[in-house]
Amino acid sequence: MGKVINIAPVSRIEGHAKIAIHLDDSGNVEDAFLHIQSLRGFEKFIEGRPAEEVPRIVNRICGICPWMHHLASTKAVDQAFGVTPTATGHKLREMCQVMAHINDKILHFFFLASPDFILGPDSDYSVRNVMGVVKAVPEIATQVVKMRQLGQMMLDKFAGKAIHPVAGVVGGFAKPMTEEERLELLEGTRTLLDFASFALDFGITHVFEKYMDVIGELGVINTGFLGTVDREDGSLRLYDGKLRLMKIDGSYVDFEGEDYLDYIGEHVEPWGYSKMPYAKSWNEGFDMSLDAPKGIYRANTLARINVCDSISTPRAQEAFEAFRSTFGRPAQQTLLYHYARLIEMVYACERTIELLEWEGITDPNVRTKAEPKAGRGVGIVEAPRGTLIHDYTTDDNGCIVKANLIVGTTHNIAPMNMSVKQAATTLIKNGVYNEGLLNQVEMAVRAYDP
Amino acid sequence: MGVTTAMESLGSCSGCEIAILNIGEDLIPIITEALDIVHSPVLMDHKYFGQCGEGVTLTIPDAVVGIVSGGVCNHEHLEILEEMRKKCKVLVALGSCATHGGIPALMNGQDRADSWQGIFNTVSTDPGSEVPTIEVPAPLDRVYACDEKVKIDLQLPGCPPNPELIAEVIFSLLEDRPPVLPTKSVCDTCPTKREGKGAVDMVKRFLENAEFEPGAPLDEMRCLLEQGYMCMGPVTAAGCAKRGAPRCISARVPCRGCFGPVRKDGNQLLDMMNALASNGIDYKTVIDKKSLLRFSGAHGRLRPTKKKIVTEKK
Repeated sequence: MGKVINIAPVSRIEGHAKIAIHLDDSGNVEDAFLHIQSLRGFEKFIEGRPAEEVPRIVNRICGICPWMHHLASTKAVDQAFGVTPTATGHKLREMCQVMAHINDKILHFFFLASPDFILGPDSDYSVRNVMGVVKAVPEIATQVVKMRQLGQMMLDKFAGKAIHPVAGVVGGFAKPMTEEERLELLEGTRTLLDFASFALDFGITHVFEKYMDVIGELGVINTGFLGTVDREDGSLRLYDGKLRLMKIDGSYVDFEGEDYLDYIGEHVEPWGYSKMPYAKSWNEGFDMSLDAPKGIYRANTLARINVCDSISTPRAQEAFEAFRSTFGRPAQQTLLYHYARLIEMVYACERTIELLEWEGITDPNVRTKAEPKAGRGVGIVEAPRGTLIHDYTTDDNGCIVKANLIVGTTHNIAPMNMSVKQAATTLIKNGVYNEGLLNQVEMAVRAYDP
Repeated sequence: MGVTTAMESLGSCSGCEIAILNIGEDLIPIITEALDIVHSPVLMDHKYFGQCGEGVTLTIPDAVVGIVSGGVCNHEHLEILEEMRKKCKVLVALGSCATHGGIPALMNGQDRADSWQGIFNTVSTDPGSEVPTIEVPAPLDRVYACDEKVKIDLQLPGCPPNPELIAEVIFSLLEDRPPVLPTKSVCDTCPTKREGKGAVDMVKRFLENAEFEPGAPLDEMRCLLEQGYMCMGPVTAAGCAKRGAPRCISARVPCRGCFGPVRKDGNQLLDMMNALASNGIDYKTVIDKKSLLRFSGAHGRLRPTKKKIVTEKK
């Protein structure tokens, strides 16, 4: 029995995890795990709550992407109560959701991931962080902080709260948008679009081109992919659409969110609190073997860029075409999640502008009155970290009797375990390792932005 | 060099850390000059067991200031919190999970063991799945606020906490003075129009929007409680307000109490029932009373409903 290297905590990620790398007697990797350390129990403690209150509770699943849980939940409650939101109500929700994607991407790429690339994966841990980035590239860092703050404050001012929002409500949205608000949001989003274009160029020249060798190796695994696409033209969608589940060979099936149980199952391992969704409909079971994985698919940015046929906005479409012609479909290189993330940031800005320019956006008719009743609703949105599924059953009083949640990050738990194992096995040989190499193992996890 | 600072998050969502980032233009000087961050898993790579993972004891560096978010849900959280207390001169509990249990303490109203079984046996899990127990921290008997386990020097609630107040706490520590924090209730900071008692005798669910003139300022909208909606402003600590109004109210949505009780050691459930009764509102019309403790269920406030004891008839 050799030794175990504990990387704890995995840092510059949102959640709570540790990596354990088991070495054999000769110092080579026998096995490696990403252990998810935290379980709070949302599925159970929302039982008994009035369903219309739940969007204000489940947003606390994630303080980085609270809008995603808030709105998936709101959509599920709409369906359970059998209420159709007004067109403007839907569009206001979508606007908040895609706008929240912008801030999330700035945060992840620049605050959490970029230190590995700007300062280098082997730089000392005391500088390999956002504080180090500020010192290394002060102008860019100042701009990043300013842009993230702009995006957060736009949402904060319009919707009252940017973190743990309350403005999405069953039947629509809690308040209409005034013309003054619309113009201010439009101006801010145009600034963010310029920044997103800069960020994409910066990523391509300073990260992806420079680290092409690392991208071709680090954490690379072969899996299927899951994402949401437009029901008509198969283009990228974040707020609403049909789900597309793609196999490793690129073939795919499309289905409606409420049928998710026919396609997705959840595997449970005894060594981590997160469940591991897998493609039940492939009828091959679940196996995280690197050579012959079974049932394994990935979600989040790279998955969405792989499953969609196009992107409906011009600048993002241009970037998407360049990406696909370089990396093919589906692209499997794990670090390309970062590249796909920056393409999505451009889309999120362009889509926000489209919504703000939609003629009905300032219509005061933002909410349909709801009546509590027994029913079932499945609400789906694409969160930054993957497809988010909220499935609620209500009683006659409109209170939750059963809830099933499949959270974005969990789709990638099995793939992250595989990427960790792949990275550790490639990097650690004959007992030789150091801080820099161990950080590279973490980089394979960070790409998934868990 | 700035003041050494260690940050940790226990059973939490990272929203408090995002609130720190939302400080805005002061953020860069704070994190690069005023503070010298020596440990913070969300921002930097200091590890518990040495940078190459070969240590055996969980270690956090010495620091003048410690900031902890999240409640104490499992044995690892407890170990981290105790280590933070040991290594930090001043320990701040940030956010309602750390100060009052927060949303995760809703689990205190359930039978935890049964619930966890249920979580791993849903419509989508593989049949026969069991609660994981290997290499994962074991849960405590319930969710605790930080001050139930160690001494806390400064409490800053909020879900999320207000970035302006986070900055005030940081500056007050740097300047070695007590922070200036709000002591009033949400209602005291709410600009909506109050016309007096007697207008309503029951509370209704938030199933349609409040009455207000779109675009008109908040002081032209009638108090949401007077409009008949359950609004926890009377019993909730102020502090969320920005642009002159409590945040949920500015979204035209009633308050749910995310800053915890306004009275020290207050009970948001009992206090709200009293507030309703004294306004002539029938508290029995509140559909889910437990949920009034959704942000302050630690300190033994929220407990599982006792199962009825069934005695066999002879």
